[in-house]
Amino acid sequence: MHSFGYRANALLTFSVTALAFICAIASLSDNFSNQNPSAEIQILNINRFKKQSYENDEVSLTLDISADLESLFTWNTKQVFAFVAAEYETPKNSLNQVSLWDAIIPDKEHAKFRIQTSNKYRFIDQGHNLRGKEFNLTLHWHVMPKTGKMFADKIVMPGYSLPDAYK
Amino acid sequence: MGWIGETVDSIKSIKIRQLLTQAVTLGMIVTSALIIWKAMMCVTGTESPVVVVLSGSMEPGFQRGDILLLRMTKDPIRTGEIVVFKIDGRDIPIVHRVIEVHERKTTGKVDVLTKGDNNDVDDIDLYADGQMWLHRHHIMGRAVGFLPYVGWVTIIMTEKPIIKYLLIGAMGLLVITSKD
Repeated sequence: MHSFGYRANALLTFSVTALAFICAIASLSDNFSNQNPSAEIQILNINRFKKQSYENDEVSLTLDISADLESLFTWNTKQVFAFVAAEYETPKNSLNQVSLWDAIIPDKEHAKFRIQTSNKYRFIDQGHNLRGKEFNLTLHWHVMPKTGKMFADKIVMPGYSLPDAYK
Repeated sequence: MGWIGETVDSIKSIKIRQLLTQAVTLGMIVTSALIIWKAMMCVTGTESPVVVVLSGSMEPGFQRGDILLLRMTKDPIRTGEIVVFKIDGRDIPIVHRVIEVHERKTTGKVDVLTKGDNNDVDDIDLYADGQMWLHRHHIMGRAVGFLPYVGWVTIIMTEKPIIKYLLIGAMGLLVITSKD
């Protein structure tokens, strides 16, 4: 009962239990934080809009994205992954979501930003449905904690549309 | 050296009934561990409720050796979700983020494209030859929780099996030589 083996075993079990408890409490504390992020996106320019060689529409745009995600950071936050996606409907697909740009925000100091950029990922449709298409731009954020539950949410900004003719 | 002598003595003095009791106790411990694992599979809805991050493709959020807690529900798959999927014909599950979703009106089936946060390109090259999209049946679960560093135990035991044998040997020795 008092051998080295038993003592080591008891110590290990206790420390693992204590660590697990601390992780759970840290994660629970995130539920009490008050979060109100805000964002605004403008399309500055449609750079290119054409039919690709294998018959799918492709768009290239320049976006002006400004957002304030400071309130998402708690002491248990490791980073926030933010991305902008375009959402639209086509005759064949009830929902299309295409991610256009993303960024990793490592801390609160970088969480309020304004950036002008062309889309990081190609905006390609399954088909050629994009002429005159109305779509939403959504800013999503994914809070990745130091330990525990991850949570995500988004802001939907409707009312954007693409030109009626190829460019 | 006296410790080794004691151990050998106690192994020699073991009686059959005592041995059987200890074997049953060991069996009970293993079985309870299995029950807990299967119960977790039921609760979270996925075959593997816990995965260890093996590569650096999701850094700096997920480092090699972290543990991800997974859950699978019937909710539709949407961009931004971190999913775990297996490519047909390969064993290793991959944990990446969904960046594109196309959902069919008539059938409700989805085409999904994924990408690791730390990778420059999307996962098209990882998929099987000629495969352009992932479908729902490839996806084993969504990551909902995260524990840092705990997965190193599994990585060490997989990459240096000698440590696994050492640990099991030490535990076995502890059980056999206990005076209970």
